[in-house]
Amino acid sequence: MKHFLDITRETCPMTFVKVKLKLAQINKGEQLEVLLNEGEPLQNVPRSCEEQGYKVLSNEPTDEAGKHMLVIEK
Amino acid sequence: MDLPADKKKISIVCFSGDFDKIVAAFTIATGAAATNREVTMFFTFWGLNALKKNKGRAATGNSIMAKAFNFLMGGLDNLPLSRLNFFGISPKLMGGMMKKHNVASLPELVEAAHALGIRIVACEMAMHILEVGKSDMIEEVQDVAGVATFLNESENAHIIFI
Repeated sequence: MKHFLDITRETCPMTFVKVKLKLAQINKGEQLEVLLNEGEPLQNVPRSCEEQGYKVLSNEPTDEAGKHMLVIEK
Repeated sequence: MDLPADKKKISIVCFSGDFDKIVAAFTIATGAAATNREVTMFFTFWGLNALKKNKGRAATGNSIMAKAFNFLMGGLDNLPLSRLNFFGISPKLMGGMMKKHNVASLPELVEAAHALGIRIVACEMAMHILEVGKSDMIEEVQDVAGVATFLNESENAHIIFI
């Protein structure tokens, strides 16, 4: 099952907080798509997910400038 | 939450009861917890105001002095700005500015801290002085403890004093 989270309107620290809490809710093996902004969230959200043992499957820019889509597997 | 045993630890001493400093403390705390650190927040003196169950002004305590102090300080809704407070108007304006820029409000940060499993501890000595009991505090307060407990729990942790 795929879950989705948009953190483009969030600012620090809620960008990390929302991703962390969402990942805590989903089951192991499930995927979470995260839409995020370039800059601080793009630099740190994928890294922090990997540090916590989650797999970042892809990290691609979207059609909308300045936004990326991450796919994380728990 | 399923997390490894070798987690980095951060302990934050929340001494100040200023709105901006408490926002800073909760921002660091939630950011740290969300990036896989084990976080303890130890509230003492003016910081205790942020943990009172009654978020407005209430004459908590038994003695006249304690009642006066608690009433004048108030709770989470009365925290002053450390600069340019203007009799309590500025924190309200600052709250509006934070909302406008999609920055989490103080109650949202407190809620996030709880959701992230941040350990919230209140200082026993300061509670004695101000005659504030555990029943006067929000339910998120997990423990009432002294400096020895705080130091024991903060071994191998970064300690931040705000």
